[in-house]
Amino acid sequence: MDLTLADVTVARGGVPVLEGVSFSLAPGRALVLRGPNGSGKTTLLRTVAGLQPELSGTIEGAGERVAYAAHADGLKAMLSVGENLRFWARVFGLSEIGAALAAFDLERLEDRLAGNLSAGQKRRLGLARLMVTGRPLWVLDEPTVSLDAASVALFADAVRAHLGQGGSALMATHIDLGIPEAGIFDVTSLRARPRAAVQDEAFL
Amino acid sequence: MIALLSRDLKLAVRAGGGFGLGLAFFLIVTVLIPFGVGPETELLSRIAPGVLWIGALLACLLSLDRIFALDWEDGSLDLLATAPLPLEAIVTIKAAAHWLTTGLPLVLAAPALGVLLSLPQGAYLWVLVSLALGTPALSVIGTFGAALTVGLKRGGLLLSLLVLPLYVPTLIFGAELARRGAAGLEVEAPLLMLAGISFGTLALLPFASAAVLRINLR
Repeated sequence: MDLTLADVTVARGGVPVLEGVSFSLAPGRALVLRGPNGSGKTTLLRTVAGLQPELSGTIEGAGERVAYAAHADGLKAMLSVGENLRFWARVFGLSEIGAALAAFDLERLEDRLAGNLSAGQKRRLGLARLMVTGRPLWVLDEPTVSLDAASVALFADAVRAHLGQGGSALMATHIDLGIPEAGIFDVTSLRARPRAAVQDEAFL
Repeated sequence: MIALLSRDLKLAVRAGGGFGLGLAFFLIVTVLIPFGVGPETELLSRIAPGVLWIGALLACLLSLDRIFALDWEDGSLDLLATAPLPLEAIVTIKAAAHWLTTGLPLVLAAPALGVLLSLPQGAYLWVLVSLALGTPALSVIGTFGAALTVGLKRGGLLLSLLVLPLYVPTLIFGAELARRGAAGLEVEAPLLMLAGISFGTLALLPFASAAVLRINLR
């Protein structure tokens, strides 16, 4: 099933930031969102993940297919690496975490408390979480922040393996991931015209 | 669902989890009361059910802002919202975890603290029954308040202001049930009202909490 966006407008704080966004993402493909800071990449990703409604247009093939990874990794400092990962696996109805630990080179850290990890190790754990969701569409916001070159390579391998299994990935990033088959979608030209904030429904 | 409940319970008993905080607060408040009103046994035993109820209510309030704030800060709440669990189930589990770590210990500690307040002989059972029946409502209403204020910086005070008025009916019927039971009066009316409040909030408020959480996550 493809992810299809048709003429989507997304808003942040009631102000439209991107309009007329249309693309489609087939299984086995990856799409990289590009655009300067504040151009609405995060807002678009949150909308695709279903965390906020779109102002207009239609999004198909998202919803229950999305595994979302944001700037915050959603880790509990007082749980170990294994416990964190096992928790997310169980929430998504799975139990196997070995492959995810191996893919991000976390096996030696399994019993370490997540609070004692370095920023890059936390990020790797946050990305390993994607693999235990069993969901086909990865929606990633700046996935490589605080990763070193070796870890970026691990991440690129994980994405490639995911694409190879028929999954797809939509990500916002500024750096070259080394995934040549990924398409690039520049949102700069789709920035919304400045206009007054749309009435917030909470205050109607 | 079990995974979320067991994670929350596990986090509560680990360092910085706040388990026992409410219980310690409850203990201190009830110990302070005799110092405040003097050692008159008769007066103490008359106000004991109400004091235990107010102590339990304030202890419950103390830990409310942790229900969602921690998950919101580290991003878990966003990720949970995209998980297969409906948000209604998530807020119900959060309320259940809050009750198990805060409400239930209060219920179990109340008879022991009753001794300090010279609670009358016949009142122990009714204080226990009224707290056991009423504290789930406190957790569920508190979860609603926590969902309303999630994401606000220092929302704890606002949370207390929002939640305390909502606690009034539970307090009235809970304390009345304990008082009437202690005096050997007929208890059916407050018992049914308290049970009604608990089950009513349990049935309805998770939907409201999930709705406000959805708006706050945008």
